[in-house]
Amino acid sequence: MPEITLVEAVTLALARAMAEDKEVVLLGEDIGVDGGVFRATDGLLARFGAERVFDTPLAEAMIAGLSVGLAAQGFRPVAEIQFTGFIYPIIDQILNHASRLRTRTRGRLTCPLVVRSPYGGGIRAIEHHSESPEALFAHIPGLRVVIPSSPRRAYGLLLAAIRDPDPVMFLEPTRLYRSAREEVEDTGEPLPLDRAFVLREGGDITFVGWGAMLKETLLAADRLEADGIGAEVIDAATLKPFDTETLFASVQKTGRCVIVHEAALTGGFGGEIAARLAEGALTSLLAPVARVAGWDTVIPGLRVERHYMPGENRILEAARKTLAFA
Amino acid sequence: MATPPSAAEIVARFEIRHGRFLDAKGRALCPLPDFARDPRELVALYRAMVLARSFDAKAIALQRTGRLGTYSSALGQEAVAVGIAGAMRAEDVLLPSFREHGAQLLRGVSLYELFLFWGGDERGSDFKGPREDFPICVPVGTHAPHAAGVALAFKLRHQARVAVCVIGDGATSKGDVAEAFNVAGVWRLPVVYVVNNNGWAISVPRDRQTAAETLAQKAIAAGFEGEQVDGNDVIAVREAMSRALEKARAGGGPSLIEAITYRLGDHTTADDASRYRTDSEVSARWAEDPIARLRSHLLAEGAWSKEEEERLLADSAAAIEEALERYLATPPQGPETMFDFTYEALPKDLLEQRAAALSAPGESRGPPATER
Ligand SMILES: Cc1ncc(C[n+]2csc(CCOP(=O)(O)OP(=O)(O)O)c2C)c(N)n1
Ligand SMILES: [Mg+2]
Repeated sequence: MPEITLVEAVTLALARAMAEDKEVVLLGEDIGVDGGVFRATDGLLARFGAERVFDTPLAEAMIAGLSVGLAAQGFRPVAEIQFTGFIYPIIDQILNHASRLRTRTRGRLTCPLVVRSPYGGGIRAIEHHSESPEALFAHIPGLRVVIPSSPRRAYGLLLAAIRDPDPVMFLEPTRLYRSAREEVEDTGEPLPLDRAFVLREGGDITFVGWGAMLKETLLAADRLEADGIGAEVIDAATLKPFDTETLFASVQKTGRCVIVHEAALTGGFGGEIAARLAEGALTSLLAPVARVAGWDTVIPGLRVERHYMPGENRILEAARKTLAFA
Repeated sequence: MATPPSAAEIVARFEIRHGRFLDAKGRALCPLPDFARDPRELVALYRAMVLARSFDAKAIALQRTGRLGTYSSALGQEAVAVGIAGAMRAEDVLLPSFREHGAQLLRGVSLYELFLFWGGDERGSDFKGPREDFPICVPVGTHAPHAAGVALAFKLRHQARVAVCVIGDGATSKGDVAEAFNVAGVWRLPVVYVVNNNGWAISVPRDRQTAAETLAQKAIAAGFEGEQVDGNDVIAVREAMSRALEKARAGGGPSLIEAITYRLGDHTTADDASRYRTDSEVSARWAEDPIARLRSHLLAEGAWSKEEEERLLADSAAAIEEALERYLATPPQGPETMFDFTYEALPKDLLEQRAAALSAPGESRGPPATER
């Protein structure tokens, strides 16, 4: 089986979902003829036709609102927002409508839609192309927030997201689109939307992160291992709902936890995780919970960007401090 | 809709005019406006278009060798930006999209600042020249309401100034653009909206963007005038702009100018237009090249020569080379600059983060590679 990239795994899952269920339709800017600016929908217009794959006019709020209407009618729209920098206008549609249609109508109308969007920094992009707004979405009741970090997880999680009866934000780490490669079998097997993945086991410290930051987190774990320290690395993968169990089980073993994310620190999802640890695992903790995150600044232009992105050294420094706490 | 009852009256009609002065070969189709009878004025516009095109070529080459970020060229569209800025006064305010460096340069943004911006350095938006002009707007159409706000400020202060906002054809599909048109119309704001209609929004052709026959008529729906011009005829752009600016300055409210042009290049350096349009479509449109058109006109009028052309190309290249060297010799800003402009005065917790960033261990992986 050949290895494929994360973006190819997205295409594979989309094709699988479309072949299985004729109600699955794709919409977004440049996703048809062009196959998407990252080629995530490459070939799907040719394969499934113009009544399943829509190149929309340029209007993000419209794309999300249109998806709400389609979903209420029983379609399973998978909308692409070209970059998360342009996702902000859809918050109205997602927050006021998609995520609460079921509640408002006591289940009469529902919203089984997926919004996919390339997400995060580190691709030397121009302004507004490197955003990490996962916490904004995780704050919305009734919504799921999913972030894959490998081709296999992208495949399984996206299939699950499309089949899920409720709205899902599916944020695809742009930095991993072509750099992450792995064999992916097109089995149609979904992955659970409420389970974190333990990427690596270890007994001395727990790292929890998601998306592209796991790359640097795993590198930091390698370096700790060279010093004889066992680091457990958890890919949260589904921020909402968040799998507290897997995290607690790990922290009960290690007693120490470092949370890693690229988004700005304040109000970031790391704060939610720290709060859960404080509420439910305080007695297991041997050291304060640490967060390594983007600074509370606008993500800078590409010439300074590397000072913004948490790298393995910053993760390692936080880990050593946490380990040294007695 | 079925036919309405016979007693129904027509309560509104509209017409959209398409203005042009020069044909594709540079021949005058009608008497030229006053400014265009002065060869010095036309030569200034010509120089500005050539400089914009030379900058594009250099920027693309630099992006290819990793010394600039993703870049959006204006190849074939130079007359739009130059015609706009050529008609504006220094005290007006430009709110550009991302293909208007030809206008920015005329308004006093430097080549060096343009390199900085496209190189991912925020100092490129701290223009030394037009201090009130807005930075390049990347989120499509989001600056259209800003232009209405700037215009409202002028109106409230009784200043005879005009806000000029440039958007693409794709942008006209956006809600915020429609909202901006609406408020500009109902409050008669001194703003000129220019739709830089280059036929494409990345891979989506103009006729898949909207079923409206023209984009200019979107102004009619908002209660103000809209017209089309040949956006490859810099005289037509500049003339329509002058009328719109004069009207706005005199309290006559907003206008919309749809400049019809064509994007001869890829959408950006990250795009491959051959995936969605044919080479023959593109080569056919070269016949309308705005620069060749004005050059033919100037040559026919005896207002331009081969020698002047050669000197202009050499001068443009030299100015760009000088700005480029300065850009390449400018070290990136330090990590503290991420923080320093977040607020006027940094709150305590951010100062702590700033200190932490400055003492943060160096990142081993360095700047990530382009993955597009
Ligand atoms: C709100 C928003 N959505 C999507 C994008 C990505 N994008 C950049 S340019 C572009 C097409 C713009 O088309 P048009 O308005 O015609 O301007 P042009 O690029 O042709 O000058 C798109 C979709 C963006 N920058 N902003
Ligand atoms: Mg366009």
